[in-house]
Amino acid sequence: MLPLEGITVLEFAQFMAGPSAGLKMADLGAKVIKIERPKTGEAGRQIALKNLFIDESSMVFHTANRNKQSYAANLKDKEDLEKVKKLITHADVMTHNFRPGVMEKIGLDYDTVHAINPKIIYGVVSGYGPVGPWAKKPGQDLLIQSLSGFVNLSGNNEDTPTASGLATSDIFTGVHLVQGILAALISRNKTNKGAKVEVSLLESTLDIQFELLTTYLNDGNQQPKRAEKGNAHAYVGAPYGVYATKDGYIAIALTPLDALVNAMGITLPSQFLDKKTWYTEKDAIMSFLQGYLVQETTQHWLAIFEPLDFRVADVYDYKTFLNHEAYKVLKMDQEVITSDGIKMKTTRCPIRIDGARIFNEKSAPKVGEDNVLIDKEFNLN
Amino acid sequence: MEKPLEGILVIDFSQYLSGPSASLRLADLGARVIKIEKPIIGDSCRTLYCSNVVMNGESSMFHAINRNKESYVADMKSPEARKKVYKLIEKADVLIHNYRPGVVEKLGIDQKTIQSINSGIIYAELSGYGKEGIWKNKPGLDLLIQSVSGLTQLNGNDGAGPVPIGLAVVDILSGAHLTQGILACLYRKQIKGIGGSVAVSMLESALEYQFESVTCFFRDGGAPTVRPKTNSAHAYLGAPYGIYATKNGNIALAMGSIPFLGELLGCLELTNYPEPESWFTKRDEIKNILANHLKQKETKYWLSILEPADIWCAEIMDWKTLFDKEAFKILEMIQEVNMSDGYTFKTTRCPIQVNGAWLTSEIGTPKLGEHTEAINQEFYSSN
Repeated sequence: MLPLEGITVLEFAQFMAGPSAGLKMADLGAKVIKIERPKTGEAGRQIALKNLFIDESSMVFHTANRNKQSYAANLKDKEDLEKVKKLITHADVMTHNFRPGVMEKIGLDYDTVHAINPKIIYGVVSGYGPVGPWAKKPGQDLLIQSLSGFVNLSGNNEDTPTASGLATSDIFTGVHLVQGILAALISRNKTNKGAKVEVSLLESTLDIQFELLTTYLNDGNQQPKRAEKGNAHAYVGAPYGVYATKDGYIAIALTPLDALVNAMGITLPSQFLDKKTWYTEKDAIMSFLQGYLVQETTQHWLAIFEPLDFRVADVYDYKTFLNHEAYKVLKMDQEVITSDGIKMKTTRCPIRIDGARIFNEKSAPKVGEDNVLIDKEFNLN
Repeated sequence: MEKPLEGILVIDFSQYLSGPSASLRLADLGARVIKIEKPIIGDSCRTLYCSNVVMNGESSMFHAINRNKESYVADMKSPEARKKVYKLIEKADVLIHNYRPGVVEKLGIDQKTIQSINSGIIYAELSGYGKEGIWKNKPGLDLLIQSVSGLTQLNGNDGAGPVPIGLAVVDILSGAHLTQGILACLYRKQIKGIGGSVAVSMLESALEYQFESVTCFFRDGGAPTVRPKTNSAHAYLGAPYGIYATKNGNIALAMGSIPFLGELLGCLELTNYPEPESWFTKRDEIKNILANHLKQKETKYWLSILEPADIWCAEIMDWKTLFDKEAFKILEMIQEVNMSDGYTFKTTRCPIQVNGAWLTSEIGTPKLGEHTEAINQEFYSSN
């Protein structure tokens, strides 16, 4: 039995952070209903990667919104709003990511909703927190990566600030929202009271930098300095990084430099014997190692390092990795099918419960696809 | 304020970052977390240094990850110590570990043994690559998972080679997924009265993290990942999405209409791209035009034009610049925590707000075995 069976989530949230939270709750067993404006639906339906669409909605939308239902309602229409309020009386959780003031205007702010259903967990995603000078600024993944210091950690020292090429801020914010909502549901079982749970892209993106920020806050505020070449972590000493080999690359994580050099059959120059230099002379050491590593193939080095249990790996692209035996054994992908019969292959939930993987072939819904069903189920007419 | 997980007891055998970041979140949400550490060395992260920064004798990373927890030292290879820990486990709601396959059996904390001691427990395990397959015994380190999972191909410009994300993003995400699974099972336990198990691997977490681009790969017939030639911030998104140098800094631009941007910025060349499809297919030339234009004036000037038009843009900041902003200060994101010996340090707080209040805690990091005696008294004194 999936752990969240019996939970109903109303998702007013759009784009990625909120919907990725809804997806996780759906995969863990909750019934997730997207509340969308009639016809066009949520704005994320039109955001596309590589211009790819599955039906009238983009592939990205389908990726983040599978396994959900859709209820179309015009929240500015009195009758529709009444129906939604009735639906709220049956819900355990609702989420939204409107900018401050919008839900107040609609009449679905926390106080109003709490009065309708005192047991509801009300989840809010914002860009920068609910108050303050940035509260009304657009909160978008790349922007948050950019102003939170996150982009100063990746890439090499001479590179311009380097963003992670995926929606890192959104994903973590969504993950944190789920954590807060589930904790509040657990608490509700004892107190019988609902709660408001708030997360912001900025705070979540700072949270994932917590180790580095703690270092920064206690080392006299030294700014991070990326490695000159092969940077993988501004704060970890040599040999941590990515190195070119004769035919590709090799990643070397936490491996003692002296042991690594021994295994490579070379001698560590005397100026690098003191372990302190592994931090202070990181660039010189990485450059020294690079000179040798590039002379042989990745396989050559792996064959030496792996039997010694060194922390090393080959560097793969999707084609190599997603066709690899080690990927296939995970059974990480699944096929979802739309109500029109269109199939899409995507990833599954990464969490296994009671030893079982969680699969679900339900795709993302069309706008309002489940109105009739939901009207009937919750007696909304 | 009563925190949501008050009354929950978590026994944490995990080390380094992935598992301990999960128990940190549970602690901040109100659970009591007891780290079980091996004698003398303890959690190996205690001596795993970040820029060689030592805080009160231990690494800054360890402090960041393990504040708000208790430490109990036990040699799980000794039968007496094991017996004591089993007593603790009898009372626990959650057990966490991140050992490689085979180790828990040797330590007597495999799922079967634990569930025979406490059938209602949530048994949570975090691995590198899962428990089956040819990679199951490989070391599961963040950089390695980034490297094999395709993640390093998404960042940076075309031709840059692999570009890892410069922090332990997969460790943290897999820990967060473990927390999600644990919380869901704790909820079920309250409703149905049953325990359960949660398993997460870093590799599967890294794949879900990339769910958009992996789904894209499946959808477009396995086409290779091609990053933009310059100003890249996403391999699969069109212009203007990226970071651009200005005369005195850098500016980020997310999604937006290219001709509209052209008019707004006084860059008429951009009005030659009216077709939204071309913003992806011709992104390299569009980005080139934009980059040449934006470097002519200062960041502030561009923001003064873009922000009023509600264009998704931001100034690139370092931590110092951000921390000086009023918008950051009001978040009170930095908290001070105290260790039992009087050492205090600054760190970040939990990012989740409940009922308008931040989940903060002043409790610092435990010294190795700091709570062994007190826990022995609390759990075994009646015997």
